[in-house]
Amino acid sequence: MRLLALVLHRLAWFVPTLLGLLVVTFVISRVIPGDPVALVAGETATPAQVEALRRQLGYDRPLPAQFADYVTRLAHGDMGTSLFTRRPIAEDLAHRLPATIELTLAAMLVSVLAGIPLGVLSALWRDSPLDHALRLVTVSGLAIASFWLGIMLQLLFAMRLGWTPLNGRLQGFPPRTITGFYLVDAGVTGDWPTFGAALLHMALPAATLAFPALATLVRFTRAGVLDVMQSNFVLYERAMGLPRFVIVWKYILRSALTSTVTQIGLLFGILLAGAVVTEAVYDWPGIGTYAVNSILRSDYNAVMGFTVWAGAIFIVVNLLVDVAHTLIDPRERAT
Amino acid sequence: MIPSKRASTASVVWFVLTRLTRDRSALIGLVLIGALLVSALLAPVLSTHPDDVLELHPAERLKAPSRAHWLGTDRMGADVYSRLLFGARITILIGVIAVGASLVVGVPVGLVAGHYHGWFSDLLMRMSDVFLAVPQVVLAIAIAQTLGPSLPNVILALSATYWPWFARVVYAETRALQKEVFVESTSALGASPWRLIALHVLPNIASPIIVRASIGMGFTILTAAALGFLGLGPPPPTPEWGRTIAESREFLPDAWWYAAAPGLAIFLTVMGFNLLGDGLRDVLDPRLRRGGE
Amino acid sequence: MTELLSVQGLRVDFVTDRGPAKVLDGISLDVAPGEVVGLVGESGCGKTTLARAILGVLPAGAARIRGGEVRFKGTDLLRAPAGAVNDRVRGRAITFIPQDPFTSFSPLFPVETQIMDVMKWKSPRVGEAAAAPSPFRRYPPERYRADREAVLEMLRAVQIPEPARALRSLPHEFSGGQRQRLMIAMALLPQPDLIIADEPTTALDVTIQAQILRLLRALVKERSVSVLFTTHDLGTAHEICDRIVTMYAGQEMEEAPTDAFFARPAHPYTRRLLASVPSPGGEIRDIPGEVPSLIEPPAGCRFHPRCDHATAECSRGRPALQTLAGTAHGVRCYHPIHEPLGVDA
Repeated sequence: MRLLALVLHRLAWFVPTLLGLLVVTFVISRVIPGDPVALVAGETATPAQVEALRRQLGYDRPLPAQFADYVTRLAHGDMGTSLFTRRPIAEDLAHRLPATIELTLAAMLVSVLAGIPLGVLSALWRDSPLDHALRLVTVSGLAIASFWLGIMLQLLFAMRLGWTPLNGRLQGFPPRTITGFYLVDAGVTGDWPTFGAALLHMALPAATLAFPALATLVRFTRAGVLDVMQSNFVLYERAMGLPRFVIVWKYILRSALTSTVTQIGLLFGILLAGAVVTEAVYDWPGIGTYAVNSILRSDYNAVMGFTVWAGAIFIVVNLLVDVAHTLIDPRERAT
Repeated sequence: MIPSKRASTASVVWFVLTRLTRDRSALIGLVLIGALLVSALLAPVLSTHPDDVLELHPAERLKAPSRAHWLGTDRMGADVYSRLLFGARITILIGVIAVGASLVVGVPVGLVAGHYHGWFSDLLMRMSDVFLAVPQVVLAIAIAQTLGPSLPNVILALSATYWPWFARVVYAETRALQKEVFVESTSALGASPWRLIALHVLPNIASPIIVRASIGMGFTILTAAALGFLGLGPPPPTPEWGRTIAESREFLPDAWWYAAAPGLAIFLTVMGFNLLGDGLRDVLDPRLRRGGE
Repeated sequence: MTELLSVQGLRVDFVTDRGPAKVLDGISLDVAPGEVVGLVGESGCGKTTLARAILGVLPAGAARIRGGEVRFKGTDLLRAPAGAVNDRVRGRAITFIPQDPFTSFSPLFPVETQIMDVMKWKSPRVGEAAAAPSPFRRYPPERYRADREAVLEMLRAVQIPEPARALRSLPHEFSGGQRQRLMIAMALLPQPDLIIADEPTTALDVTIQAQILRLLRALVKERSVSVLFTTHDLGTAHEICDRIVTMYAGQEMEEAPTDAFFARPAHPYTRRLLASVPSPGGEIRDIPGEVPSLIEPPAGCRFHPRCDHATAECSRGRPALQTLAGTAHGVRCYHPIHEPLGVDA
């Protein structure tokens, strides 16, 4: 019951929050020095042609009307047309979405599969050399500029050692499109050379993206485990001589994870923010580069489209995290 | 936690400092920040080629580190080390002003939203949620691009995207405090809200704000560097660290010092603030010792 | 050695900012087979520390064992190989009933999980020759069934209604008394020789306490299980114990069979304790003074600063154990009192 109430409450705020976001970006995109229409029309256009274009694009109408227009079209799934590529933005985004998701998921997988066990070990072997090394990683993880880490990794692994390609998602032809995820598609169709190539291309960007997430996860898991280790039930199980691995990996981890799950939501935020910059460094053909390029090209429609999409995703992800948290902790379920 | 009976500011500061120096990593943080401050303040004195910020020596370009140029030279022949020191000034300026402005906006918003209940509070917090709904980087990029690449615009973009963090922290703490007995009783005695806030609420929320400010410096500096990297920061010849990294890319892998040095500078600076923030958190509120932000 | 458990001269320090706190100062204590021994003392006297030291679960960073031995069936647990102690003694020969049954269950699992985990590793049907525990050890299905039957039966013995349904429930769905019954069941299932019960009724409602105590006593007497029972409440000790030991600031003061303890307490501290229990029509007579600091404790007998009968020798060294003639009544005092209670304060 509590679950339902939570979901409804969040959904109720979903629309106003999104609307608020739209207002902010809309205002930013329209209230600017300079004239975007003139930019698009090009240097050779005459004033008359610029005016015609302005009328055609609807930029001559009062701002509130433009906004209302935009929102209505959005409700029909139409994000407008990119000023630059002249293609529907929704299409552009959908086309580039799999690349970003594949990268983000890979990074998340790496950070979770490595981060949680490392965090547990770090807490168990407190003040050991491993713990100190991990704490160094943790602190660095949040202090290193992602783009710089990416460049340094490129320098070492791609340029100096030649172990991985420099950038891009794949050279040559992509595997047959089933999901849009190169690794999945290549694996499913048995196209192992492509699988290997895609993996190598993804190695550095995923590592760059995963690093801050890994650091955060290790940190939180460590803190969570240290906290749970003080619990009475841990004392009881120790007093009753239960084997250590049972106490740690079954009972302590489960308790520590309930707080870690909430962090996965935070993680997603870090990853998505990082994706924008990381994609720029590696020329990864995803939504991040699309956003950055759109911004740098003053393609305001595209910027708006991206912002709407990103905002919606965030709100949904946070909702899912809250739901997951409620599911994991049975105390929450029972009102 | 700083007790609600107001201890004198001096004794509180002393308490914090003595505790802080006992924590080894916090001490490292302080040293790093100290180094940053010294670099910035004494840049003209400490740098070997102070004029390289403005002058060009194309003949000397891309030289490896040597006795004359401790960290080598960049694509314009300027001394990397000296430009790094002057870049520290930019970094501090951006960090301090951006975080300061976020604080000035965020704290009152959080106070008001936390103190009052009802639709206005909800609205304020929803507004900050809006800003938090999108990664700070993206929004900052959008704002900076709209306004044009310059130092003030970067600061503006960063402040506009960081204030919600302060608002949130202050909101949560204010609400938590309301449940404390001493707030209820003071209110019942008829104290005006402003008096209540100024004399009783503020001293108690000071610790989370300070911790958040220190950690915020780290985040802000990273985002500022990202903006610089993308070309949205102060334009050349300003020796901003992020932009320097971007400039260095085309000369890799040979002129590796050109890219490595500013990145390391960013790393040490942000780490300093993070360590300090953690240390402050441990001292000011051991309750919050779990991992945190 | 006829004693099941024999603690000799145990010294435990706790690390603090201001120096080591000498929480246990050479304490000695015996428990015979089939005997229920009560360890009585005020909060902070070290009862829980002693219980945890015997079990071997002192907080690793904070506590240091400085000396003494804990002999269980002849073996010194403090010096035996840790793995063997963990597998064969803890949870098997010696089990534990904690003070707070609520937080002693993991809140995220139904109680069945924790109980069956205990059974998996500690059930009497586990082979003696088993190798060191490994994560790959599976729970043989026949043993699982037999163990589960034993669990249900024990739950009935501790009077938990609908045992099968109870097993599937989460800890917060039980009342305090029921949780403690579960704890008693878990302590008895491995068929131990000794149960360490650390203030098991302190967290319960007064009305439930007596029930639980009687149940525990009945069950352990049936099975000839020894119990070391710590408490700060004399009434509780009287209810359930065969023999009582008083403890003050990390030192044992007096030990006697229950009747003798209440009729003819010899140690001044014991007498003050008994006198301070409020009775109808009587006034509460507190013991003047304060519990001493354990960082700089009084020398010799630690009670001497608050004792009416103290003399110079009391601070020079701890009195040795004196057995009152022809009895099992021992006291560590230079000035034991021989009159029955009621004659003086």
